[in-house]
Amino acid sequence: MTRRVVITGLGVVSPIGIGKQNYWDSLVSGKSGITQISKFPLEGFASKIAGEISNFNPEDYGFSRKDIRRMDLISIFAVIAANEAMEDANIVITDPYRAGVMVSSGIGGITTFEIQHSNLIERGPTRVSPFFIPMMIQNTTPGEISIRFNLKGPNFSIASACASSTHAIGESFETIRRNDADIMVTGGAEAAITEMAVAGFSSMRALSTRNDEPEKASRPFDRERDGFVIAEGSGVIILEELEHAIKRDAKIYAEVTGYGATADAYHITAPCTSGLGSAKAMEFALNKAGISINDIDYINAHGTSTPLNDKIETTAIKTLFKEHAYKLAVNSTKSMTGHLLGAAGGAEAIATVLQIQNKILHPTINYTTKDPECDLDYVPNKARNFEIKNAISNSLGFGGHNASIVISKYE
Amino acid sequence: MNREEIYGKLKELMVDKLGVDEDKIKENSHIIDDLGADSLDVVEFAMGIEDEFNVPKIPQDDIEQLTTVNSILDYIEDKTK
Repeated sequence: MTRRVVITGLGVVSPIGIGKQNYWDSLVSGKSGITQISKFPLEGFASKIAGEISNFNPEDYGFSRKDIRRMDLISIFAVIAANEAMEDANIVITDPYRAGVMVSSGIGGITTFEIQHSNLIERGPTRVSPFFIPMMIQNTTPGEISIRFNLKGPNFSIASACASSTHAIGESFETIRRNDADIMVTGGAEAAITEMAVAGFSSMRALSTRNDEPEKASRPFDRERDGFVIAEGSGVIILEELEHAIKRDAKIYAEVTGYGATADAYHITAPCTSGLGSAKAMEFALNKAGISINDIDYINAHGTSTPLNDKIETTAIKTLFKEHAYKLAVNSTKSMTGHLLGAAGGAEAIATVLQIQNKILHPTINYTTKDPECDLDYVPNKARNFEIKNAISNSLGFGGHNASIVISKYE
Repeated sequence: MNREEIYGKLKELMVDKLGVDEDKIKENSHIIDDLGADSLDVVEFAMGIEDEFNVPKIPQDDIEQLTTVNSILDYIEDKTK
């Protein structure tokens, strides 16, 4: 019999709130987390806005001075989110080899990289910190989580740019299904609001330059959208095999029922205009869940607010769902949070679960002008009462990666 | 700089690089066993000593000998004579 996988814990660090309750309150009220960048001087930068974790002091979350010196901000965000998720799930680990961690990042410890590269240039190779490599490589983030919670099962991270954490959740789901673990701590973290990352994404013309109106800059599916807004944070969930969760009388938020992954095999950054890669990822996820297109009532879109993504994702949805595309609801969490890159899928899986649980759809904010090429129901500007039975969460990444998961109401 | 002054600056460096409380640091403290440093901390701490006291690059063999606060104080005193 196929092992079923449920979600029993949530933890989030986002520009619209740390902790799932703060996050949810902001999502429902349509609050933007986008402001002018405070982390570095902005002269010469085309895009000067981001979704930062502001007023944030790691010591308030129990990190020692030594932790802070040895951990990139990615791991700090991830550990805070993992901590909340583990407490929420109220798990006591009995067999550590049956509990794994797959927490991903799209970029890795780029803050650390920049600081240490400056050390190299200004002071020479002997002044590069011994912590440079462990802080910079993204897989030390799941390593760090394993140490803190004594989780000795499968442990690694997945790199697929902005699809990283949806891949992580999907692969963790498979890890439990194939009986390699009973518990997986999964999702993603990102901390890439740095000079190099913002300059690089700017050079790709990927970022919004609506610098005068930061809160209105992330406007997925709106005709006036002009790029994504970079953001940081972490979204971590606890996946657990159903019988394991029932046996310990765990609170069950929802069930992960499907996962599909494809590649566009088209261009390293531009999504394939047909949208077929993303449509296929959604189709494969539905097949795995054993449901049909008409069973899906909600899609948490990748919805980045770039001209290309939103148009092609709309095409992909219409390609797969045909007429049903106009009946289901689609929204973009990124309209409020900005784009958490490799952490986006984690934060958006949590948004999806909270919407299932609360029977409310959060809005896509900043939707003012209809784009003829984006003609679905994007839940514009106002939250809505809505019962979700089966939802898809999509993530697409530079490199042509497409990942979709199906999250269903648990029954 | 006399030993007292060196010790004062060294304590600040240890608080910063090893993340220990100043009152835990004694002259006979072992930096791994007593102050919880690992092999990476030790390398970064040695870099800090080089910068802070302007001593030449500490060879790996010497780093391995510098296990207690006392031995480090002796070493710095010797190199800054």
